[in-house]
Amino acid sequence: MPLWKIAWRSVQRRSLASMLTAVSMALGVMLVVAVLLIHGIIAESFRNNASLGYNLIMGAKGGRLQLVLNTVFYLSEPVENIPYDFYENYLPAEKRSDGKDGEWADYVDRVIPVCLGDYYKQYRLVGTTPEMFDDYVYNEDTGAKYEFAEGRNFVHFDEEHGFFEAVVGAKVARDTGLKVGDTIMATHGSVEGDEHPDQFYVVGILKSSGTPNDRAVFVNMEGFYLLDGHALPVKVESEDETATDGEATVAAEIAEEPEIVEEIVDESLPVAKRKTTPLPKEQREVTALLVKTSPIITRGLSNMVNEGPVAQAVFPVGEITGLFNRIVKPFQQVLLVLTAMICVVSGISILVSIYNSMSDRRREIAIMRALGAGRRTVMVVVLLESIILSMGGGFLGWVGGHALITAAGPRIEAETGVTIGPFDMAPPVNLLALVSDDPIYLNGRKIEEINVSTEWILIPSLMILAVLVGFLPALAAYRTDVADALTSNP
Amino acid sequence: MLKLKNVKKSYTEPNGDELPVLDIEDFELGKGEQSALIGRSGGGKTTLLHVIAGISRPDRGSVMIDGLDITRLPEAGADRFRAERIGYVFQTFNLMPGFTALENVMLGMTFSRGRKDVQRAKDLLKQVGLGHRLQHKPTELSVGEQQRVAVARSLANRPKLLLADEPTANVDPANQQHVIDLIRESCLTEQVSLLIVTHALEVANQFDRVDRLDEINKVVAQSVTAE
Repeated sequence: MPLWKIAWRSVQRRSLASMLTAVSMALGVMLVVAVLLIHGIIAESFRNNASLGYNLIMGAKGGRLQLVLNTVFYLSEPVENIPYDFYENYLPAEKRSDGKDGEWADYVDRVIPVCLGDYYKQYRLVGTTPEMFDDYVYNEDTGAKYEFAEGRNFVHFDEEHGFFEAVVGAKVARDTGLKVGDTIMATHGSVEGDEHPDQFYVVGILKSSGTPNDRAVFVNMEGFYLLDGHALPVKVESEDETATDGEATVAAEIAEEPEIVEEIVDESLPVAKRKTTPLPKEQREVTALLVKTSPIITRGLSNMVNEGPVAQAVFPVGEITGLFNRIVKPFQQVLLVLTAMICVVSGISILVSIYNSMSDRRREIAIMRALGAGRRTVMVVVLLESIILSMGGGFLGWVGGHALITAAGPRIEAETGVTIGPFDMAPPVNLLALVSDDPIYLNGRKIEEINVSTEWILIPSLMILAVLVGFLPALAAYRTDVADALTSNP
Repeated sequence: MLKLKNVKKSYTEPNGDELPVLDIEDFELGKGEQSALIGRSGGGKTTLLHVIAGISRPDRGSVMIDGLDITRLPEAGADRFRAERIGYVFQTFNLMPGFTALENVMLGMTFSRGRKDVQRAKDLLKQVGLGHRLQHKPTELSVGEQQRVAVARSLANRPKLLLADEPTANVDPANQQHVIDLIRESCLTEQVSLLIVTHALEVANQFDRVDRLDEINKVVAQSVTAE
């Protein structure tokens, strides 16, 4: 009969005490797994979403992190805008009104403008181009593209809706009940801002992508520009002032109300029929550009932009990684310490349970010894019992933790946009980074990192814990006086 | 088979005094021989069996079993020797409570280096009339059945020597004779030497050889003389 079976029989014999002990461990591990999973997956998702298929964000000079948070995650306060000309510099000839390639068009694979500042209820309204969703791979690892649960992407101009088409993120649709065919009106500048009278027609509902885009409403940038208050004041060239060295006249800004050309003035007509002429580019700005370039060019392009007077270029992944290293990593380490403490407390309950039953099992140990079991053998049996309780409880807790997360999955997805499945593991941590900040060498070879899911760290930790807590009762078993135990009353 | 020479054993009392329990100059039991050892309570019968089984070590003297002095073996060696060569039937059966009858018999094989022969365990249980109770736990067996499981367990490793400590003391009178017959017949069948300790004369009288502890143990002999 294998020793583990002897230990298992002992566990069975004290089924109630064993069950309570295992449940205590299970609750500890369940809590740990749930916390690690939620924290880890959200953190990982945050990091992954920092990219979304582009590697540079260009926007107004200022806070780099704020630009990323605002543009990618739709968090933080809106940033200043950059000139439309700056955007056009990256456009190829076919997308420019003058039919010429932009100065930097050859250096970028894709550039998507975003215009921010307005809201639909508490969700950001994003003015952009159809390229935001057209055949766009937002996760290069998985090849994931945006898909529509209902309807279609908005187009540049539609016969029926003009420039006023909108696509709604999955969470927004879920929360607000918006569906294809509905109309929405944005508020200007903030959630409590004045409502624009012009409405957008919802033509598509995005499938959940687990990205921040689930939490936003996307409208045609052309329609966005035509909303009241979105046009820049017209720049009028002054003939009174002449430039030095015979150059062209200097533009003097005259603050005027924007002149939006409304060909049809009949206010009773829908906006799609009233506002059919795009805003002149002189009156346009964009908040940021999402740029995809080849990795070779990225650094040089970024330097060039940053050295210029107009905009800054930031690496979203770098910014988010920096944020995590500064804030989230210490938090993660605290979580790991708490995790360890919870497990230790559970382990102590196992120790107490087994140790308290030692007087009970003294006779059983003596019987085994009388049948020829050595001291080490009975010690191993007690240690195995401790391991069975720890691992059994740990496994139950692991399953419970994942079941809890699965049950809470829809809520987590609704709140964060992160989809968590029952088999998703907590993201890995670099074990070496927990030990030392310096590189570690093994046989002269530098080991960069050893990435292991925090959940997998739990398993050997539980084994070690089980051996540690089982050691004291095992020692008592080792020291049992056989003759004394056999002659004492059963 | 069994040969004790100048075996002495004493315990230390709480006040530090030495309390002699055994002082046996010479005791022998031949191969396949069966003996009943009788003596009064507190006469050191159980201690003697513990010393023979290697559970307790004598203060001095030798205990030769099958040509090997087990007092010279290290503790682990004595444990293994006990597992492989000695069977033990306890007064209180000492079955493992969480185990079935079959598992209790298998447990006897677990700690020896020999084959873990399930079929032999089943055969032994059939031999003691419990072939239909293999999967029953001790609490589901009668007292007599429990002792029969204990007998089967003691024979599991084909021991050379069977030690039985008051095996009928906790068995109802109707089953006492059955247990004794079972032990004796099993030992005869398996060619096992038997030393059975009892205070019941009706049990002892069934044996061709009866040893009296007050004759072989000087400690008891002296106290009887003193009384």
